[in-house]
Amino acid sequence: MRKLFAVCTVVLVIVVLWYSAAVKMNAKWAHDQAARAKVELSFSDLVRDTWAQERPVLPAPHQVAAELWDSTVMKKVNSKRSLIFHGWITLEATLLGFVVGTLLGIVLSVGIIYIRAMDMSVMPWAIASQTIPILAIAPMIIVVLNSVGIQGLIPKAIISAYLSFFPVLVGMVKGLRAPDHMQLDLLKTYNASRSDAFYKLRLPSSVPYLFTSMKVGIAASLVGTIVGELPTGAIRGLGARLLTGSYYGQTIQMWAALFAAALLAAGLVALVGLAEKSVLKKMGMVR
Amino acid sequence: MMHSDFHVVSAKDLCLTFQTNDGPVHALKDVNLQIDKGDFVSFIGPSGCGKTTFLRAIAALENPTSGELMVNGTTPELARKDRAYGYVFQAAGLYPWRTIARNIKLPLEIMGFTKAEQKERVERVLKLVDLEGFGNKFPWQLSGGMQQRASIARALSFDADILLMDEPFGALDEIVRDHLNEQLLKLWSSTGKTIGFVTHSIPEAVYLSTKIVVMSPRPGRITDVIESTLPKERPLSIRDSQDFIDIAHRVREGLRAGHGDGAADA
Repeated sequence: MRKLFAVCTVVLVIVVLWYSAAVKMNAKWAHDQAARAKVELSFSDLVRDTWAQERPVLPAPHQVAAELWDSTVMKKVNSKRSLIFHGWITLEATLLGFVVGTLLGIVLSVGIIYIRAMDMSVMPWAIASQTIPILAIAPMIIVVLNSVGIQGLIPKAIISAYLSFFPVLVGMVKGLRAPDHMQLDLLKTYNASRSDAFYKLRLPSSVPYLFTSMKVGIAASLVGTIVGELPTGAIRGLGARLLTGSYYGQTIQMWAALFAAALLAAGLVALVGLAEKSVLKKMGMVR
Repeated sequence: MMHSDFHVVSAKDLCLTFQTNDGPVHALKDVNLQIDKGDFVSFIGPSGCGKTTFLRAIAALENPTSGELMVNGTTPELARKDRAYGYVFQAAGLYPWRTIARNIKLPLEIMGFTKAEQKERVERVLKLVDLEGFGNKFPWQLSGGMQQRASIARALSFDADILLMDEPFGALDEIVRDHLNEQLLKLWSSTGKTIGFVTHSIPEAVYLSTKIVVMSPRPGRITDVIESTLPKERPLSIRDSQDFIDIAHRVREGLRAGHGDGAADA
């Protein structure tokens, strides 16, 4: 109950700030129009106008909400104007990229744990890979793959995996190294093999770390996919929707796409959270 | 050499030096000791006296620098492969994702016991440490003392003849500790195991042991070996007897002498 109250208060404050910002930022257009029509704008006229412009600098919340409603519920799912259609395109690439990125992160982390050469060499490259701006590298991946005839889902998923493997790699290295000396000594007293130590101790120890990293990773996957959709000529996907919005000054459409992306991210993170809860519960690690 | 066959553990001029950044640390120097079958041997001394190192050397978790160490008449590594000992650490170290029963099954799975055998053994050792009915609980559902008992059960599950215990009750409060000491004695006399037990506590060492090894640091060495004159049957009240007080006194003297040497070295 207290938590709900806190959340509602924060949302209320944001909405109030948003509406007042909308008045301020859209006022110039309203004033210009009034001056052209040679009419005096009262304050209530100003407010009414700034909250209902067709191409506002900052759309008011209810405009974004209406656009969201209109482009999800009111449109056919296969329509080019449906956010569900575009969201699905983005989601496909996100999920594929996330799965590939997570597997890559796990494989690399196991290599780092067991192969000394990898331990010394992989991490600096992984860190370097994340310091390169994704906006710079994404178009190159798209162009290069396009030149060999690969387009659509795969290039986007690669960019998405490129972003999501890293948190999984870092988390899994930490998780696989979580067992302390005493735990490893205990296994030694049983003459346990390396695979016993891996499957019975290291892997289960790393599960909580894996889920925490996957929550970061799936959000990064979505960002990667959207970035990957920007340079594709802007045809399909939430990223494309953002780009066409900006081409034609459709700010309301852009904000609606942004919110759709945010909701999608929240949903995906929540799903990973649910999986985490049920797996940890099954393992007896939730009290 | 010939005689080492008859000792469960036999150390001759055993030295163990750790190379550290601050130069070599002599964890053990010229240690000579025999442990016979059925002995309950306590190692007592201040930190850095090498008591844990000696126990770990018996378990082949550390490699001696020089000297000879035999376990069951063979090398510590081979003894380990023969499942000669179960090791109990200071922390219970149970896997939080396994129930108590499955924790006890861990060594059995690794050693390749059949499912039926695993089940039978888990039940037997749970009974041995008085944890019947707790097999399906997770570690966090048990108190610290019960967790440590579960870890002892785990060490007993594969029928090793030697039980090596490194301050197993060090983190527990005195009342729980007394109770576990009593139980451990019962377990020892009913199973006839040979026990090596590292402790900081003089009363614990005197109450439990047939042989008390007093050690001192820098370099880690044995300063006194006391054969206990207490009977095998030991109620808690034995701690008020004159014999007990005399032995405890001798241990204390040994520790003080060792500590004096250490201080002089430093």
